[in-house]
Amino acid sequence: MTTTEPTPTTDAGPESVSGAEIVFDQVTKSYSAQGKPAVDSLSLTIPAGQIVMFVGPSGCGKTTSLKMINRLIDPTSGTITIGGKDVRSQDPDDLRRQVGYVIQGGSLFPHMTVAQNIALVPGLLRWDKKRITDRVEELLDLVGLDPVRYRDRFPRELSGGQQQRVGVARGLAADPPVILMDEPFGAVDPITRQRLQDELMSIQSELKKTIVCVTHDIDEAIKLGDRILILQEHAQIAQYDTPEAILSAPANEFVEDFVGSGSALKSLSLTRVEEVELTEWTTATVGEPVGPVLERARAARQKSVVVLDQRRRPVDWVNIRALTGETVPAPVDEARDLHQIDHRATLNDALDTMLVSAYAGVIVTGRRDQYVGVATFEAVTALITARNEAARQAQEDADEQ
Amino acid sequence: MLEFVLDRAPDLAYRSFQHVSLVVQCVLLATVIAVAVALLVTTVPRLKPVANFVSSVGLTVPSLALLGLMLPVVGIGTLPSVAVVTFYAALPILRNAVVGLEGVSGNLLESARGMGMNPLLTFLRVQLPLAWPVILAGLRVSTQMSMGVAAIAAYALGPGLGGWIFTGLAQIGGQNAVNYALTATIAIVVLALLLDLLLRVLGRFTISRGISA
Ligand SMILES: Nc1ncnc2c1ncn2[C@@H]1O[C@H](COP(=O)(O)OP(=O)(O)O)[C@@H](O)[C@H]1O
Ligand SMILES: [Mg+2]
Repeated sequence: MTTTEPTPTTDAGPESVSGAEIVFDQVTKSYSAQGKPAVDSLSLTIPAGQIVMFVGPSGCGKTTSLKMINRLIDPTSGTITIGGKDVRSQDPDDLRRQVGYVIQGGSLFPHMTVAQNIALVPGLLRWDKKRITDRVEELLDLVGLDPVRYRDRFPRELSGGQQQRVGVARGLAADPPVILMDEPFGAVDPITRQRLQDELMSIQSELKKTIVCVTHDIDEAIKLGDRILILQEHAQIAQYDTPEAILSAPANEFVEDFVGSGSALKSLSLTRVEEVELTEWTTATVGEPVGPVLERARAARQKSVVVLDQRRRPVDWVNIRALTGETVPAPVDEARDLHQIDHRATLNDALDTMLVSAYAGVIVTGRRDQYVGVATFEAVTALITARNEAARQAQEDADEQ
Repeated sequence: MLEFVLDRAPDLAYRSFQHVSLVVQCVLLATVIAVAVALLVTTVPRLKPVANFVSSVGLTVPSLALLGLMLPVVGIGTLPSVAVVTFYAALPILRNAVVGLEGVSGNLLESARGMGMNPLLTFLRVQLPLAWPVILAGLRVSTQMSMGVAAIAAYALGPGLGGWIFTGLAQIGGQNAVNYALTATIAIVVLALLLDLLLRVLGRFTISRGISA
């Protein structure tokens, strides 16, 4: 493997990147003197501000590789640098306070409240009280939990998905340039997992951290990764490339097997909902007079309206017959799941979500969970058909030559 | 009997105070020792069988015998009493502290390390608070037991209510024998219950709502 020159970490992208580049240089880790090392001479550059997914079969050395970045494990030989600085030149505790770490299930401390959990690292870094309080609010907002409602709850009072959100918030707390995640969404149900993945992508689009994420789920890797590192036993690199490249040109048989067949279906994981032609649904804001809303819905020939809160986040999706009062009411059941998806979710997610939705469509949200539109089943299938048609055409053209 | 008690009220109060004071101090000392040993044992797994052996066999040694064995070494008075009470007090706390500390999941410890907490911080902010409910339960057992052990320690002329019990036993058949022994025994039981109540209240305030039952 070749290692590329470390690029400066500040100007790597068009938007502001707060992440730092990570470089592995011939990193080896042996747990015992005999036998092959768990990680054998791994060399790798993780560009600043990107999400890199580590995937591979169980026991291939993903976790070991990850933990060497924040020195939870020290390599037997080789060097790892973050932003050009050798991690071994720093005090391990200082280093770890500057690298976010998120593991499965969130691993929240059960005796601390949500706020206390998030405030831990800033506290260790001796931020002042006011700054910590503000930061906790900001982060809870960022991960989609109302600070007033959730700040003082204990982990056992949260659902699995909510705990994992707090885990992510805790990892981001001190605004570290690098965040390490080890199977972060492994312990939640598929729909929640998809939601958490969407949120992570939306957070990342704002923050531009360097995120290294271990997973055993190739679909998750394809969805989240700017780049995917596919590892074989002893952390040998099978392929390290973009999801598109890995799907269209697997480097070898191992990758082909690992990625699995049916790449037409896999491409559902590559296409984002934002590429679907969204339908403009009639919307109403909580508290708005009902009259004009009904008029708008009738004009659009729609039998239901999407209800938004003051910050344009969808809170309800109601049939117009249910709008009998003077003004548009707030949803009766606050916790009701609308099954909305982020615009960066994949077509795969969209189809999954439609299966559990009451309407033949799914609400799509954008930045900070704000309403963007509705993806209808027709629109999604139309896009898939078009894509497959294009792919077939390209194949035919290639065959002719 | 009421008359007996009233006549000796100041002495009874003084002895009660001494008794409780001895127990509280010994239990505190025992807690520090037991938690420290438990921490050592849970971090160095090879030591665990030793701790288990001491805490189970230790409780089967009759306290009077232990006291007798210690007299030649430390003499009579307060010191042997403190040593014996502390020894017994430490055993239930040790056992519970080991269980409590072992119950802290490895995931949480790794999270703590991954967030940049050193071992001392991890102990103070993660391990101790999480193990605390179990340790406190041990502390309550230990306190009850120590009230009794402290009475026996009076055999070595230690302070407290035990003195009256031995006075009573020495004068069996005598006029006030039963009064001495009974009053002291009842006082010990009542004080033990009060201490237990206090520990329960302590639990209310010191066990995080996130982990209390
Ligand atoms: N603490 C350890 N001691 C000894 N061997 C270990 C230890 N941790 C991991 N290993 C071994 O190293 C290899 C890689 O493990 P790991 O990095 O956890 O793999 P992955 O995360 O890809 O499943 C495995 O064969 C595992 O058995
Ligand atoms: Mg692993």
